[in-house]
Amino acid sequence: MCLAIPARVVELLPALRAVVDLAGVRKEVSIDLVDDAQVGDYVIIHVGYAIGKIDPEEAERTLALFAELAQAEEEGQP
Amino acid sequence: MKYIDEFRDGDGARHIAANIAAEVRPDVAYNFMEFCGGHTHAISRYGIADMLPANVRMIHGPGCPVCVLPIGRVDLAIRLALEQGVMLCTYGDTMRVPASDGLSLIKAKARGADIRMVYSAADALKLAEQNPDREVVFFAIGFETTTPPTALVIRDAAARAVKNFSVLCCHVLTPSAITHILESAEVRQLGTVPIDGFIGPAHVSIIIGSQPYEHFAEEYRKPVVITGFEPLDVMQGILMLVRQVNAGRSVVENEFSRVVTRDGNLAAQNLVSQVFELRESFEWRGLGEVPYSALKIRPAFAEWDAERKFDLHYASVPDHKQCECGAILRGVKRPQDCKLFGTVCTPESPMGSCMVSNEGACAAHYSYGRFRDIAVVAA
Amino acid sequence: MTMTTPKKNYLRPIDFKHGHIDMTHGAGGRAAAQLVDELFARAFDNEYLRQGHDGALLPFPTNGRLVMATDGHVISPLFFPGGDIGCLSVHGTVNDVAMSGAKPLYLAASFILEEGFALADLKRIVESMAAAAREAGIPIVTGDTKVVEKGKGDGVFISTTGVGVAPDGLCIDGRQARAGDVILVSGTIGEHGVAVMSLRESLEFETAIESDTAALHTLVQAMLQALPDPTALHVLRDPTRGGLATTLNEIATQSQVGMVIEEALIPVLPQVEAACELLGLDPLYVANEGKLIAICAPEVADQLLAAMRAHPLGLGAQRIGTVTQDAHCFVQMNTRFGGRRVVDWLSGEQLPRIC
Repeated sequence: MCLAIPARVVELLPALRAVVDLAGVRKEVSIDLVDDAQVGDYVIIHVGYAIGKIDPEEAERTLALFAELAQAEEEGQP
Repeated sequence: MKYIDEFRDGDGARHIAANIAAEVRPDVAYNFMEFCGGHTHAISRYGIADMLPANVRMIHGPGCPVCVLPIGRVDLAIRLALEQGVMLCTYGDTMRVPASDGLSLIKAKARGADIRMVYSAADALKLAEQNPDREVVFFAIGFETTTPPTALVIRDAAARAVKNFSVLCCHVLTPSAITHILESAEVRQLGTVPIDGFIGPAHVSIIIGSQPYEHFAEEYRKPVVITGFEPLDVMQGILMLVRQVNAGRSVVENEFSRVVTRDGNLAAQNLVSQVFELRESFEWRGLGEVPYSALKIRPAFAEWDAERKFDLHYASVPDHKQCECGAILRGVKRPQDCKLFGTVCTPESPMGSCMVSNEGACAAHYSYGRFRDIAVVAA
Repeated sequence: MTMTTPKKNYLRPIDFKHGHIDMTHGAGGRAAAQLVDELFARAFDNEYLRQGHDGALLPFPTNGRLVMATDGHVISPLFFPGGDIGCLSVHGTVNDVAMSGAKPLYLAASFILEEGFALADLKRIVESMAAAAREAGIPIVTGDTKVVEKGKGDGVFISTTGVGVAPDGLCIDGRQARAGDVILVSGTIGEHGVAVMSLRESLEFETAIESDTAALHTLVQAMLQALPDPTALHVLRDPTRGGLATTLNEIATQSQVGMVIEEALIPVLPQVEAACELLGLDPLYVANEGKLIAICAPEVADQLLAAMRAHPLGLGAQRIGTVTQDAHCFVQMNTRFGGRRVVDWLSGEQLPRIC
């Protein structure tokens, strides 16, 4: 697996590092692999490294999908 | 916790469960393999199995890098620490994996080996810089998610000319493992392990993208849904697989679209290919030799390759005769089918890696699910 | 020419700012006596300690039963957010005594010091212990100090023993849980373990989480007093190492019962949850040092909960589950999704993981 968690970038540091915040817990991580991360972005942290960024619109779309009603069988899959 | 709590909402889960129940065909058996140990863990921890209809069965796959790490590799790490006096840095996950001679990394530590648990590869490099008179080796395990951090650390060690640091590389690749399972006798010919679709790894896919799975969907005609690790993600992923099976489709879909793209993290991929190259073959515990399934360090970085530096030779060590980890990792047997399960083999005294790792099928079943094997009467 | 008169019994005061423990401090000679006198006796000062004997002569109530508990403290790091090994060693033993429903009366403390340990740190720890004991109203009446060679200790190990008196008629122990009983917890879980881990090398993260270390004996007394029939309180235990989950499993096995708890009702601070997510830990298994689990007859559950919430150390008290009849002694949990899973014992130490 890969234990990785979304956290918010709160401060950019030199040498491609950043401070992220998860519900008030702060940690310094590397953003070497997501070097365009900005303050306010949510990045996925794995073993002290940001490996990806959350797309807020896609997140909303996903939550909306969860709430959809069951499909009748004849309908195709979107 | 944003982007976490919303995806763990109980009402939302029940809603999706109702959708699944409404859409499954009562006469069809749905067998889905969740490749990744993280999904196994999520399914157990949140009791998702309880929310699925009886004809939807989840098969636990070998996507647990600790579970598939062969004894022989752990032996190499232990020997480096005990015999060569290196400072062996490792992630917490490997500390209790049972190896040869009744040892594990944690037991070797009790015997005087200098074994340091680190949270991050960067910590291992830091230790090397702080202790210039010691040889420091980082035991690098993990799938594609964990590989880029190791690549970064090797690149940094080279850039900073840290001579006393090296990496014992045991990184493995997901698509090769999936292919191997699909090619196995039980799946291809005997049909004893029916797999109708895959719940694809979440975080591995952040790195490699959804594109590498298109091959399985096409060639083996199995739908793949890349799914996040939160329980609502898992349930939605299962629903999407059910829909594909019902419609007779087999394509790659991406449920985890909030982070995973088709191309993945290109910067990370480039970095990995700069530092690593494919091994022709690598032994996976339980799966045997799997071609082009693992990485080794490129000659350009030979100075930081522990295998070259210490002239290490891998020797395969067979599992305990009655350990069924291999069959369990391939989905052929269940933890309960192993004679050692729950008796000789428990989380306190694991015989095989499926019991050591938090998300190994056996540990998950022992911790979360074994009460279902026995009738429990609540007052 | 005059001779200077020798100053009688002059002993240079210990340099607590820059000094270190050396082997003479454990040798039983003058240096050892001076350390006891200038540090321990001064800090812990009470009429019994002043007796100056090897053992303290103590008054003891004629009614009730003697309860004794002992605890060794080897925690590292020695100082952590919210506390240190000193106050922890007082709270830990006071709590162990209190978990029988007893009123703690006296404490003994034994120190194993490592050669080279900074006296400034030792003073800080001893003063913290003294403050904890004073606040709890329980004197440290006797003690001992030994020194081991450098490399053979972790700075300091502290062992504390406590005695107290339990009134006749009470029957509070791990074997008393019965099917139908209610399970209560006195507040949020996981803070101590997270506070300590936040300092461990290579796991550094910043958090405002502090250890919850506290002496719970007054909370226990308040709980007992709130019950017209105190025998309705069956079990008390503090979920220290191994956390809530391990402690519930211990009690289930001892009482030969099962338990069912509700995930949604277990109180956890958001920061503790977040820190556990980051490290891959489960708050159910993280140590607490200022919380207790109470198991009582269902008729008195509401009263007991109210009494806990009225006490400063029980403000966050919650009802979290019930005891069941179960030959397998499983502790089961209803997850937030309506699924059910077993909450097992902790196997070995919980280690942060990548997977």
